[in-house]
Order: sequence, then C-alpha cells, then structure tokens
Amino acid sequence: MEIPLDQILIQTINGIVTGMILALVASGLTLIFGIMDVVNFAHGELFMLGAYVGVLILAASGNFWLALVGATFLVGLLGGMVYLTTLRPLIGRDPLTTILATFGVSLVLQNYALWQFGPVARKIQEPFTGHFTLFYLEYPYYRLVIAGLAAAIIGGLWLFLKYGTYGIWIRATTQDRVMAQAMGIPVPWVLTAVFAIGSGMAAASGVLFGPLVGVNYAMGTDWVLKAFIVVVVGGMGNLGGSIAAAIFVSLLEAYASLVVSPAQSVIVSFVVLILTLLFRPTGLFVPTPK
Amino acid sequence: MTQRRLLVYWAGFTVIIALLIVAPLVLPEFWRRFLTEILIWGLLAMSSDILIGYTGMVSFGHSAFFGLGMYGAAAALLSTRPPSLWLALAYGLVAAAGVAAFVAYFSTRLRDIYFAITTLIFSQIFYVIIFTATAWTGGENGLNFRRPALAIAGLFSVPFDPATLHWFVLAVVTASYLLLRRITQSPFGMVLQSIRENEARTRAIGYPVERYKIVAVMLSGVFAGLAGVLYAIQNQFAAPDFVFFLVSGEVVIYNVIGGIGTLVGPIVGAAFFLLLREGFSRFLTEYYLIPVGLIFIAMVIFLPQGLLGFARRWLNR
Amino acid sequence: MEPLLKVDGIHTFYGKSHILHGVSLAVGRGEVVGLLGRNGVGKSTTLKAIAGLVHPSQGEVWFDEQAVTNLPSHRLARLGIAYVPEDRRIFPLLTVLENLRTGLDRHGVTKARKTELVDKVYAYFPVLGERRNQVGGTLSGGEQQMLAIARAMMLEPKIILLDEPTEGLMPRMVSLIREIIDVLHRETVAVLLVEQNVPLTLETCERIYFIEKGEVRHHAPASELRVNDAVIHQYLGV
Repeated sequence: MEIPLDQILIQTINGIVTGMILALVASGLTLIFGIMDVVNFAHGELFMLGAYVGVLILAASGNFWLALVGATFLVGLLGGMVYLTTLRPLIGRDPLTTILATFGVSLVLQNYALWQFGPVARKIQEPFTGHFTLFYLEYPYYRLVIAGLAAAIIGGLWLFLKYGTYGIWIRATTQDRVMAQAMGIPVPWVLTAVFAIGSGMAAASGVLFGPLVGVNYAMGTDWVLKAFIVVVVGGMGNLGGSIAAAIFVSLLEAYASLVVSPAQSVIVSFVVLILTLLFRPTGLFVPTPK
Repeated sequence: MTQRRLLVYWAGFTVIIALLIVAPLVLPEFWRRFLTEILIWGLLAMSSDILIGYTGMVSFGHSAFFGLGMYGAAAALLSTRPPSLWLALAYGLVAAAGVAAFVAYFSTRLRDIYFAITTLIFSQIFYVIIFTATAWTGGENGLNFRRPALAIAGLFSVPFDPATLHWFVLAVVTASYLLLRRITQSPFGMVLQSIRENEARTRAIGYPVERYKIVAVMLSGVFAGLAGVLYAIQNQFAAPDFVFFLVSGEVVIYNVIGGIGTLVGPIVGAAFFLLLREGFSRFLTEYYLIPVGLIFIAMVIFLPQGLLGFARRWLNR
Repeated sequence: MEPLLKVDGIHTFYGKSHILHGVSLAVGRGEVVGLLGRNGVGKSTTLKAIAGLVHPSQGEVWFDEQAVTNLPSHRLARLGIAYVPEDRRIFPLLTVLENLRTGLDRHGVTKARKTELVDKVYAYFPVLGERRNQVGGTLSGGEQQMLAIARAMMLEPKIILLDEPTEGLMPRMVSLIREIIDVLHRETVAVLLVEQNVPLTLETCERIYFIEKGEVRHHAPASELRVNDAVIHQYLGV
C-alpha cells in the first residue's frame, strides 16, 4: 500500500503537536508522582476543567491569552485545595488509598462538569486564524503555536526546577523527603505547591487543546489514560523521559491513523506500553535500568 | 473459631439466605430486579476481593473479565436455537478465563501501581476492540438476545420467570461465596494472604509467588466472568459500556466501601452503593455521582476498613 | 543558666517496639557533648527525636528555652537544630552547591552573607570547592560526609547533631572531622556527637553520656573518663 510522502509529513507535524500537549499533561502527572508517589487519577478532569474555565473566561473577556493564564491559575488553586482536603490526610497510608481517593475526585469533578455545563460540547475560539499551505492542505498556524507554547511552558518548568530556589526545594524533596525537611524546607507546602503546579499545567493543556476539539465533560478520560501510558513508558518521575515518550507515542499514533481508523490507532499506545513493561519496565527512555 | 462463633455465623448466614429466598415473593418487580442485580454486582465485587483483599493486588481490569463473560454468553445464546444456558455458562467462563490468563501473564510480574495501571489499560484495550469490531460484537449498540431456559437436555425445560431467575442467581452467588470462602481458608488462600502481608518474605521462604498470583488473577477472572454471564441472562443484552474501565473503578469502590478481605463486604458495598445511587438519583436525576463520589472519598479517608472491615478477622475464620 | 538543649524522659516506639525508655540529657550553649553506647541501644533514635524525625510518645524536648517536642523537623531546623544522619543522606542528584543551597536559601539571609558562608565552607573543605558543580551521588564516602556536615553548617545552627560521622572513613578523614568539631566549638556551635570511635569522642567532648537499652545509664566529664576508662569498657565492651 502506497502512502504518499506528503501525508506522512502532515502526520508527523500532527504527531508532534499532539505530542507536545500530551507532554504538558504528562509532565504535571510525572512531577506529582515523582515527589509524592501519588497516581493522580483526577488529572484528566483538571485538564477538562481548565478547558471549561477557559471557555468561561473567553466568553467574559474575549481574550484567549487571559483565558489561558486565568484557567491555569484558577485550576492550579483548585488542585492545591484538592490536595489539602483529600491527599494530605492520606500521607503515610497505603499508596492504594491515593489511587482510590483521586479516582473518587475524578468522579466528582467529571459529574460536576456534567451538571454545570451539560452534555453538549462547547467551543473555544482559536486566538487567531490563518493557514499556510502545506502540500495540498491548509495547515492552521494555530497548531504550530500550540506546540510552541507547550514547549515553552515545559521549558519554563525545567528552568524553574533547575535554577530557582523553589526548584531546588522541589528537587530535594523528590530525592529525600525526610532530609529535605530536616534542612528546613517546608515540605508540606512544597507538596501542595507541586500538586497545584501539576494541576495548572493540566489546565493549560486543556485550554490550548480546546480549539482543536470540542470541550466536554468526558474529554479528560482519554487524556488521562494516554498520559499514564506516557508516564510509565517515559519512566515514572522522569520529566525528560515523559516528554520524549509523549512525542514518540503521538507520532506512532499519527502514523497509525494513516492505516487504521482513529479509534483503533489508540491501540498503538497500548502496545507500546505492554512492550515497555515487558522489556524495559523502568522506562524506555531511562538510560540505565535501575 | 469457637463453637459459639461458628454457630452465630452460620445462623446469620441462614437467616440472610432465607430472606433472600423469600424476597421475590414479597417485593414488587422493580425491587426484585434490583435485588438480583445487587447479587450479580456483588459477585463481581467478591471476585475482585480475591485480588484486592486477599492477595493485595489492586486490579482495575475486572470490567474486562465481566464484559468478556457477558459477550461469551451472548455468543452462545445467539448461536443456538433454543438458546442454551449451559453453553452460555461454558462460553462465558472460558472467555473470561482466557482474558484473565492473558492479563495475568503480562501484569503479574509488576508491582502495585504498575499492576493497577496495566490492568486498567487492558480493560481499555478490550473496550476498544469490542467497540470497533462492529461485525462481531455489534459495536456501540451491543448485542441483544433471548434468555435461555433452565434446562437439562432431554429431561426438562422451564423458562425463567422473575422468581426462578432470582433463585438461580442466588444459588450461583451463594455457591460461589461458599466456594471462595473455602478457597481463601485453604493452604492456597493462606499463601495468597501471606503474599499480601509480605511478598518478599513469602518469596524468600520459597513459594513461586508469580505462579500464585497468576492463579489468583485467573480465579478472580473466572468468577467475574460468571457474574457477566448472569448479567447477560438477566438483562438479555451485552454492551461495550460494561467493559469500560469506569466499571472496574466502581467495583473497586464497592470493595472499599464494604470492606476488603471479607468476601461478604464487597457484596454489602455493592448494595450500599447501588442503594445510594438509587436514592440520590430520585432527587438529583443524573448527578447522583457527585454526592456518592464525595461519600466514597470521605470513606477512603476516614473509614478505610470499610463497612464490614471491623468484622474482617471474624468473617474469615 | 538554662542549657541550650534539654531532653527530658523521652520514650519512642517503632511499631510495637519500645526503643527509648525515658532518655534525659542536656547540652549547654557551645558545648561539645558525646553519646556513647553499643549498636542498637538507641543513640541514633535519640538524635532523630531531637531533630524531629521521630516523634516521642512521651517526654519533652526544650530548645533555647522553648518547648519544641513534636514540632516538625523543618521548624526545628529554622530554630537552629541541624542534623547530620548516620548514612550522610546528601541529595544524590543535586550538585554540591545545590546541596549547600538547601540550607543556605532561607529568609533573612543576604546575598553577601550567603557568599561568605559558602566561601568559608570551601576554605574548610577545599575538595568541595573543587567539586562544586559535581553531582552529589558521584562523590566518595568521605567527600559526602564533608558535604553533609557543610550542608548542616549552612543553616547557621545553634547545635549540630552528628550521627557517627567517622564511620567508614579513613584515619586522615577522622582527623578532619576532629578539626571541624573544633571549628564549630570555636564558633560556639554546640555539638551532640554520637560515635563508636572512643578516642575521638574523648578528645573532642567535654561531657559524655552512656546509653544502654534505650536509657541513659551514666554521665561523666570527659576529663574523668580519660583517666579512668573502666566505665567505657562496661558500656561499650571494648
């Protein structure tokens, strides 16, 4: 079967764009897991709520960028509150309880969204339209901008972690929570902040992705699953790994959609996960197996 | 267990069974059906307890076992005229066992969180396959079929009426409970519990932990599939929705609410959850999951041992 | 005058095990005090209880005339208690400088002061200065020990709790540790030293407590013990 080169190239770009957004979602997830060993089932719902808050702010102000910043901030705050009420009490308990608690949170948030916004999808207008010609297609600029923005946010996160004082606090807490606290780092607040940051990043992804698909209450479910796969494939807690894995998986899925239906192309990510778990369980992109 | 406790336990057991037997004769149809469904979901939750409560492995994959049991039964019921009960059971259990073996092979070598995530993903894989293989599975719309009769070939055939169907389900669920109880108290069951307590030590003593885990998953999967078959017979349809991972999540909720490691707890948990859902949905129509979810979260934080958790040791003698 | 640190009747449990059975001791401002005993008697646990890593079920800890029992360890660090654990536990993926910064980046410390502190540490530990951008996990055992102590010094503490600092170190390093304790003493930083190395303890400490089975059994000035070491044999079996 002949697949024309231009289609492959288009899918490559699509794959990278989706991959960058997935990377943004996954990096929040892996950050949270790395520092507190919590598998945040509610992450997809934070993504979804970010998109909805974006819709609301956009409707009120007409400004996409305000919506982006506002949603990130507000959902980040929500994330912090979720942490304080449901996860902080569970510190020191069986890790299973955090999976259950976040699962419960995801149920509540998802149904809350259904209740408040109804089942019909909403739309976020792109901040600017405009296409450039890519072969026979009109390829929207906006998609490239999303990829760029996602990359910028992740880059910003990386710089913050590497050089900022609070970045060092976060990294120290991730490596040795007990000694970090013994060095005067207020670990309980660091944990809350990281959860809030992760939530904010999920929200930002939701707003950025909003114009590409409709915004509806169930949009989080698909993403959280894919994000989990990416986090496991990339090595749990490994920021660089999850970014690489996100792009890798998205590219493979984009190429697969040339051959099978989009509904079936998701199996690609499943297969990648299974292979990773069989042969390199610590992560495909982790240099040395620990 | 002391003589007296044993007596109390079996007395309680008999009373409950007696009540359940009488139920279809006194309850209106809606509640009769509701009760039967509680039993079926209870069986599903109980099967999951083998993994969560006794072996210490949290699985989000039970929707796959349940769903495949359902579709297996559907396949049998659609392939013969008249539809055969025993064939449905056979197909359903084999399908569920097959899926369980497949999942067990890949996931049991993984610990804790990875196991949970992998089983979740397997549910989704099966969901996608069933959803998209429209020719075989009816895709989104599922399959509809007729209910088989309670029959032994050549001897007799009695179509199910609401009461007899309920009694059939009750008999299957009760037999399953007794069987599972026997298994958990057997040497095999003891090893499983030892794995839950301290896997490293169990391995160090010399037990082939992986093999025990695989058997546990298959055992759990078969009973989950059985629940799926019962569901298919009761409701006469199969749909991909039941394979979606959220169903697995709900099953885990029943387990936690009822109390893991008790076998009966999950059934109580299922009853509690379904009653709550029924109650809330009368007032809040579709958004009943919000208060139910909040109650669940509160229970995880404040009452982690579940409703029957306090009786765990007692129920396991 | 009240001692800087006062520990009164501390009991701790680990699950069902009763580890400390009512430990009491005191450390004065700028004093160097030793804690000797066999393995497993509760010396490390005592330090952990003071540093807030372990919460006593009974008993009190007073620091700088404040009741601090059961405060979380980050509060205690800010109050001036620094802890150097037995296995060093430097942050393996942070560089030497970043490790120091975990103690350095506090409120109210000017940039000038920070530079001063870091330069001072590099003067005492030149190797750390050379390896300032090297990742902690790649340092040798002795270098990690130096880093762990240096990191604690970044807190500008009033007392440093040292848990077996010379364990596994070469003799050359042991004398470096002795020098550091002297430096701390000169800067009126108190030291509570848990050790197996008896000569070092006798040389650097002013008073020594002996622990056995989770209780303080004996307490004497070092001058006395240097002359009469029967007690030492009794409690350490050396």
